[in-house]
Amino acid sequence: MNALGYAAAAWVFLVALYGLVTSRDLVRVVLCLSVAQSSTYILLATIGFRAHATAPIFDSQASTSARTVDPVVQALMLTDVVVGATVTALLLAFVVQIHKHVPSDDPHDLRELRG
Amino acid sequence: MEGLAFVVPLAGAAVLLAIGWAVPRWVNDSIALATGIATAALCADLLHRTGDNTVVTWFGGWRPTHGPPIGVDFAVDRFGAGLATLVAVLACASLVFVWRYFATIHALFHALFLVFVAGMVGFCLSGDLFNLFVFFELMGVAAFALTAYEVEEEGPLQGALNFAVTNSVGAIAILFGTGMLYGRTGALNLAQIGASLAVDRHGTDGLVVVALVLVIGGYLVKAAAVPFHFWLPDAHAVAPSPVCALFSGAMVSMGVYAVARVFWTVFAPVLTRSGSLAGVRPVLVAFGVAGVVVGAAMCTVQRHLKRLLAFSTVSHVGIVLVGVGVLNAHGLAGAAVYLVGHGLVKASLFLCAGVLLHRLGTVWEPELHGRGRSLPVLGVVMAVGALVLAGLPPAGTFTGRALLDEAVAGAGYRWLPPLFAVASAVTAGALLRVVARTFLGVGPRPAADEFDLPTDDEDNEGETQGARDRVPATMLAPPIALLGLSFAVGAAPSWVAGAGRAAARFVDIQAYRAAVLHAAGDTVRVPVPHLRVAAAALVPATLTVLGAILVGALPLSQDRLPNRLKVVGRNVAHRALRPLRLLHSGSVLDDVTWLLVGLAAFGVAGAVLWR
Repeated sequence: MNALGYAAAAWVFLVALYGLVTSRDLVRVVLCLSVAQSSTYILLATIGFRAHATAPIFDSQASTSARTVDPVVQALMLTDVVVGATVTALLLAFVVQIHKHVPSDDPHDLRELRG
Repeated sequence: MEGLAFVVPLAGAAVLLAIGWAVPRWVNDSIALATGIATAALCADLLHRTGDNTVVTWFGGWRPTHGPPIGVDFAVDRFGAGLATLVAVLACASLVFVWRYFATIHALFHALFLVFVAGMVGFCLSGDLFNLFVFFELMGVAAFALTAYEVEEEGPLQGALNFAVTNSVGAIAILFGTGMLYGRTGALNLAQIGASLAVDRHGTDGLVVVALVLVIGGYLVKAAAVPFHFWLPDAHAVAPSPVCALFSGAMVSMGVYAVARVFWTVFAPVLTRSGSLAGVRPVLVAFGVAGVVVGAAMCTVQRHLKRLLAFSTVSHVGIVLVGVGVLNAHGLAGAAVYLVGHGLVKASLFLCAGVLLHRLGTVWEPELHGRGRSLPVLGVVMAVGALVLAGLPPAGTFTGRALLDEAVAGAGYRWLPPLFAVASAVTAGALLRVVARTFLGVGPRPAADEFDLPTDDEDNEGETQGARDRVPATMLAPPIALLGLSFAVGAAPSWVAGAGRAAARFVDIQAYRAAVLHAAGDTVRVPVPHLRVAAAALVPATLTVLGAILVGALPLSQDRLPNRLKVVGRNVAHRALRPLRLLHSGSVLDDVTWLLVGLAAFGVAGAVLWR
């Protein structure tokens, strides 16, 4: 399971970056970045995974010795999701604004800052 | 208590968001400035209290009692606290500058600015790898939004897009590497990861190499090492000038600081054990040297003053990165002094560019010609600032470079000090050229296409409009004060000695580990380098300053040069640099492609050199 998880994370990361640099559309750039970000969720979930374990929720009744997956990586993932959502929202706002100036959505047409 | 320096600017931002829309502008300005001053005071106090020690705070009292730490800590030493103080001081200068700068301004700007400051301060103080990522993103998101503050203009939007996408890719790489390290060690605390890796039976295996490349590579994006730097001139050219002051003066330094901090705490112990520590040195030095060369070359052919300053930052941060890359306390001390000296003067110069925008409505060299005659004070500040970039004694850049020269020569790179001198002379000379044309009207009015490859006229005209008949004191005082400070940090011998002790402490991982994991205030064990600047350093410094004046004068005296020389000069500017200029295509896809090429090269070098 673990090897598969790591391989999937690496694959999604690389595919997303390939998709990013070959984009012909700004929205796709943002989405590819989002996909690249989600590769880290797969990685973190894989790291915290334990076979036959439950969610790390402890209440006063449950025994703290129950076998659970690693709660730390889940906290990291939650933080990561928040960060990813913020960045995606901000980037999409930029794209909308850029679209007002440049009729094309092709990133290669944005040459305002060359040289 | 240590957390306050981070909490105060965030609280200030929250207050501004809550009441900013309802109160007049001067109230917002006052709240923001008061918050900035309070942050600076807290950081300075922290710097004073840390002294030569590492002060550790565990949030919520989650200190490690038995076993590895679960809590999150701030581990503050002199470099961290010093950098946080630099951030806060630059923020105060910018907030004073902002007072009269913007035509219209909303509380949102102040709030974003303070969040940006909070992110950087937290970043300097954090002792936790994941929290470094969080602060990296916090300062990043605020910085992206600040870059595109003029949201109706095309240039700022494109600059912000390039900045945001490349830095986000860097952040994802950092998180990926952080996850891998957590998977191996079960720790996120810098000291604990380093300790676990050092005793791990795998040693420096593929996982460690890939994690190092991803984490350090990600921070190199922020540090704008070549070829990760493409976002920097785009963002710096278009962001509002007071924001640029913080970008160039402090944010780029965060990347170099993180490279040093993470390398020494996390990776140095395991690399030392496997005997491959020395293999990292040429790689980091190569990234630094690439920055020094490319930044200086691109700097000479810029017409847009802020873009010119941005490329000079790429060059100067390259010098700092080389100082970190030689991997010893001596180089680190020089890098720290240089970083502070450069940060202060670069922030001052960006604020000066802001004054030009405010007063003349442009920072485009052909349009500035001769129009600065009515601003003599500004001209003097910018000219002195340019000379400080070249390392005018006794400024911080002079002291820092003198230490760096010794350190890199001592590490076997005898060819580097002359390269530093040439690069500094070239970047300072390019700036002197613009200063002489603007304030003295020297030479003929340059054609817009003097350097070929015409760039569109980018002058953030929208960002500032005000009393154009005179420069308000609140806009002139901050750059002058920062310039004065850049001399002060270089002239005080206690700074050099303090940087030497701090650097020795920084690389002493046993002491750091004892302070963080065992709450043991320890004494410095590695030999403290006895640093002082030799009088002999005045010779290369003088030559650099003279070289800068020469480089600046050459394009201005074209008419008096023999024809042959003129043709050669033009060919260099047009032809030799044209491929390099075309690489800076302004397309975000090219930026990311280069980033990936850089990461791949880093990985290949690592696989070859560190196993």
